[in-house]
Amino acid sequence: MQEFLQQLVNGISWGSIYALIALGYTMVYGVLQLINFAHGDVFMLGAFFGYYFSRWTKIAQEPTLFGFLATLLFAMAACALIGIIIERTAYKPLRTRPRLTALITAIGVSLLLENGGQLAFGADPKFFPSLISESKLYESANLVISNLPVIILAVSLALMLLLRFIVLSTTIGKAMRATAFNREAAALMGINTNNVISFTFLLGSALAGAGGILVALAYPKIDPLMGLLPGLKAFVAAVLGGIGNIPGAVLGGMILGVSETMVAGYISSTFRDAIAFALLVIILLVKPTGLLGSRVGEKV
Amino acid sequence: MHKAIIMGLVIGLLVGCAKRDNVIKIGEYGSLTGTTATFGISTKNGIDMATEEANAAGGLLGKKIQVIVEDDRGLPDEASSAVKKLVTQDKVVAVLGEVASSRSLAGAPICQENKIPMVTPSSTNPKVTEIGDYIFRICFIDPFQGEAMAKFTFENLKVKKAAILKDSKNDYSVGLAQFFAETFKKLGGQIVAVESYFEGDQDFKAQLTSIKGKRPEAIFIPGYYTEVGLIARQARELGIGIPLLGGDGWDSPKLAEIATIKAPGDALKDCYFSNHYASDDPNPVIQDFIQKYQAKYNEVPDAMAVLGYDAAHILYDAIKRAGSTEGPKVRDELAKTTNFPGVAGQTTIDSARDARKPLVVLKIGEGGKYEYMATVNP
Repeated sequence: MQEFLQQLVNGISWGSIYALIALGYTMVYGVLQLINFAHGDVFMLGAFFGYYFSRWTKIAQEPTLFGFLATLLFAMAACALIGIIIERTAYKPLRTRPRLTALITAIGVSLLLENGGQLAFGADPKFFPSLISESKLYESANLVISNLPVIILAVSLALMLLLRFIVLSTTIGKAMRATAFNREAAALMGINTNNVISFTFLLGSALAGAGGILVALAYPKIDPLMGLLPGLKAFVAAVLGGIGNIPGAVLGGMILGVSETMVAGYISSTFRDAIAFALLVIILLVKPTGLLGSRVGEKV
Repeated sequence: MHKAIIMGLVIGLLVGCAKRDNVIKIGEYGSLTGTTATFGISTKNGIDMATEEANAAGGLLGKKIQVIVEDDRGLPDEASSAVKKLVTQDKVVAVLGEVASSRSLAGAPICQENKIPMVTPSSTNPKVTEIGDYIFRICFIDPFQGEAMAKFTFENLKVKKAAILKDSKNDYSVGLAQFFAETFKKLGGQIVAVESYFEGDQDFKAQLTSIKGKRPEAIFIPGYYTEVGLIARQARELGIGIPLLGGDGWDSPKLAEIATIKAPGDALKDCYFSNHYASDDPNPVIQDFIQKYQAKYNEVPDAMAVLGYDAAHILYDAIKRAGSTEGPKVRDELAKTTNFPGVAGQTTIDSARDARKPLVVLKIGEGGKYEYMATVNP
C-alpha cells in the first residue's frame, strides 16, 4: 500500500511538470487556436537562461532563496521577451493566412530553437546547479516525500489560479476572452487585438521559462532537445484535459504523469508511453473535447 | 589556353598525390557530444597524445600520421554514417572507435565489408568482434566483467539479494546485466527485481520505488554515467541507501558532478564499479602517463583516455610491423599482437580478436574520488 502511495507521489510530481508546460500551450491555443509547437523549446530556453544566469552571477556557487528567485525572474523575463519576438516575427505576419500556415511555422520555429540551441549551447547535456537543495519533508520506511516535487506542484497550482484570475477577473483577461471568441468583432469593439495576442504570448512564454527552471531543479540534466518530448507530452496533456481549458491542462498533466509512473512501476517501463497514449485515445473516444473541455462557451 | 588548363590539372594532381603520400590517414569515430560526450572526448585525447608521440618519433613507414575524427553524437545511426564517410570518402587505412558497444556494432560491419581494420579501445560487448576478422578490441569483455562484479558483490560485499536496473535499448547494458545475473545466481544469490530504462530518460523513480519494495541489498546498474548519476540522485531522494554497482560505463570526469546532492559525488558515495585501470595505482607506467596527460589536458585521465592511447599505439605498432597500410596485412599483424606494453596492462590479442586483461574494482569515496579496491584476473 505504501509502495502504491509512493508511486502516486512520484506520478503526481512527474505530472506536475507536464501540467506546468501544458498551461502555456492551452492558453495560447485558447486565444489563437494556434498549437504553438515552439512552446517546449521556450521551456528549454528558460532552463538555459537560468543555468547561465546563475553561473554568471555566482548564485550557483552559493545558492540562496533570493538567488533562486532572481534566477527564476530573469528566466521568465528573458523567455517573455523571446516569446514576443517569436510572435512578432514568425506568427504575426501570417495572422490572416490559413491556420495550417501558422501551424507549420510553429514547427519551423521549434526546429530553429532546437538547432540554434545546439549551436549556441553545445549539444552535450549541462547540469543545472542545485539552487534549492533537496531535503525530505516526510520520511517513513516506504514513503518519502521530498521538497522539490512539492514546490513544483505548488507552483503549478498557484500559476493555474493566477492565470484563471487574469483571464476571468481582469480587463486584459476580458479582452483575451473577447479576442478568443471573435477576433474581428473584438477589434471592432475597440480592443487592440495585436496587443492582446502579444500579451498572451508574453504570459505563455514566461510560464514556460518558470517551468524550465523548476523542472531543471528536480531533473538537473538540461540539453537543447530537452523540450521536445515533454513539449509533446504536455500537448497531449492539454488535449486530454480539454485544450483551451486552464484547469484541464493541470488535470491532464496529472493523469498522464500518474499513468506513466504506474505503468513503469507495475508493468514495464518499455510500455510507459504506449499505455499512456492508449489512455489518451480511449478518453478522446469517449469524450472528444477532452475531460474538462466543452464544445462552446468559455475558451481560454 | 587549353594547354594551360591541362598543365594546371596535372600539377594539381601531382600536388594532390604528393600530399596524400606524405601522411597515413587513420579514422576515428566517437561521441564528442551527447549524453556520453566524455567517452568520445577522453578517447580522442588519448589517441591525440599517442599520435603526437608517434609522429615525434618519426611517424610510420616514413610518413606522418593524420587522424580524421568524426562525431557520431552518441547515436548508432550516426556512427554508421561516420564510418562510411571515413572509409569511402577519406580513404582511411584503419579505424579507431567506438566506446559504446551499440555504436561499435553499427560501425564495424562497414569496416569489415571494406577490409579496413577497426580497433575498438573500450567496447566490451562480446558481439562486437564477432562481426568479422577485421574487428579487434584491446580491452576485456562483458562476460568477464559481469562475472567479476557478481563475485565482488556476493563475496566481498556479502550481498545475497540484488536488483538490476538496465538500459534496455543498449547492447552493453543488456549484455552486462545478463552476465552479472547468471554468475550471481550460480553463486547462490538472488536477483529480486529487474527493471529497465532508456537512455535520455529523466525520471527513474517509478522503477526505483518498485525495486525498493523488493528489498534488495544492492542494485546493479550497468549503464552510462549520465543516467547513472541521475539514478543515484533519485535513489537517494527516495531514501534508498544501499550500495549501487556498475561497470566501466560509469567512468567519466562528469560522474561526480551529476551525482551531486549537496557535495560532489555524494549520491554515489560508497558505490563500486569495475574499470580498466585505477588512477591511484602506484605502477610508474601509469603514474607517468597520468602526469603527461594532466600536463596536457589538466585533468586525471579516465579509462577511456588510457584505452584510446593504448589502442592507437597498438594499431601504429601493427602498421609498422606490417610495413604496409594494406588492410589484410595490418589485420594479420594486429592479430599477432602479444604482450604489448600499454598503460592499462599488457595486451595480447586472442583468437577471438579480444584482449585478456585484468580488471580493477573501484570504490567511489569522498568528493567523488575513486579508491582502488581489488584486482580480478581473468
